Amino acid sequence: MVLTEEKIRQLQGVLENQLLTIGVSLAILIDEAGNVIVSSGNGTNVDTTSLAALAAANFGATAQIAKLLGEEDFSILYHKGKRDNIHFSKIGKEFILVTIFGDETPLGLVRLRVSQVSQELLNLLAEDDF
Amino acid sequence: MALIDLHKREIHCKIVYYGPGRCGKTTNLFYIYNAVSEKYRGKLLTIETKGDRTLFFDLLPINLGKIHGLDIRIQLYTVPGQAHYRATRKLVLKGVDGIVFVADSLRKRREKNIESLLDLRNNLREYNLELEEVPLVFQYNKRDLVSANIPLLTIEELENDLNKELRVPYFEAAAVKGIGVFETLREISKRTVKYVARKYIFSQNSAKAQGGIL
Repeated sequence: MVLTEEKIRQLQGVLENQLLTIGVSLAILIDEAGNVIVSSGNGTNVDTTSLAALAAANFGATAQIAKLLGEEDFSILYHKGKRDNIHFSKIGKEFILVTIFGDETPLGLVRLRVSQVSQELLNLLAEDDF
Repeated sequence: MALIDLHKREIHCKIVYYGPGRCGKTTNLFYIYNAVSEKYRGKLLTIETKGDRTLFFDLLPINLGKIHGLDIRIQLYTVPGQAHYRATRKLVLKGVDGIVFVADSLRKRREKNIESLLDLRNNLREYNLELEEVPLVFQYNKRDLVSANIPLLTIEELENDLNKELRVPYFEAAAVKGIGVFETLREISKRTVKYVARKYIFSQNSAKAQGGIL
């Protein structure tokens, strides 16, 4: 996959405008192989390479659990921590949007926004210049 | 699937170390991690069981320098070798751009090597890839044990068992001492970058690395 400068700006714009504005501290768009496509937010302390690899693996593992239950996959995963929470959402067939946010941001709002931006991101990723 | 980021001018490729359990895949990664300066490597991530067997995968990101002004970043992954972790191995192979098959030279592991190569072929097929089309090198590991009087397979036997039809380069190694580790890495990186470049960027140009750890 080839990402142009313009494409990255557009993808980052969506993450910033839709997710960082509601209090998400870090939003990362990754692919299922564990590559970071774009990330946005205050991620200086987070090892995004490891996070992306683990997130992709986590999704792959739960997809196998889903299959045991007769589901295709679980399109949303959520882990709650003491300070930070992390939400993973499948974007189309190949991408995963990872968002990290604190307790002051309601989970419902994150879920709503993520589902709203999902199509927008997918349109940008699916355009034929790849 | 390699990722080419024209904004940061980086190419990301994924190389997977495959092979039967206890053949030395993680040992390769540890050696590389310890031998490469911090400037050229990221954090080593391992998910292992208590018996220090790889449970899910190990990951080591390294930086190989520039090709045509693009930074080459390679993610080295290992898979768990034990036969019953097949589903996990398949997950790690997702989006692979190059493979090192680490074979165990111990004579008693002969069948395990053959089984693991077949398992690799089958797992790739599930992603619509043929073993012949993915960049691949063999590493025949544990060659140092020959001096300890442990029965080893000869190179001819290993070649005949695994590489007879594939005819890809092989390297003799003793990963625990670092012998052959960088030779293997250098060859697979070269092949992978060439493959990715041909597939995604340049049609004809040959790629040549400048600087970096190799």
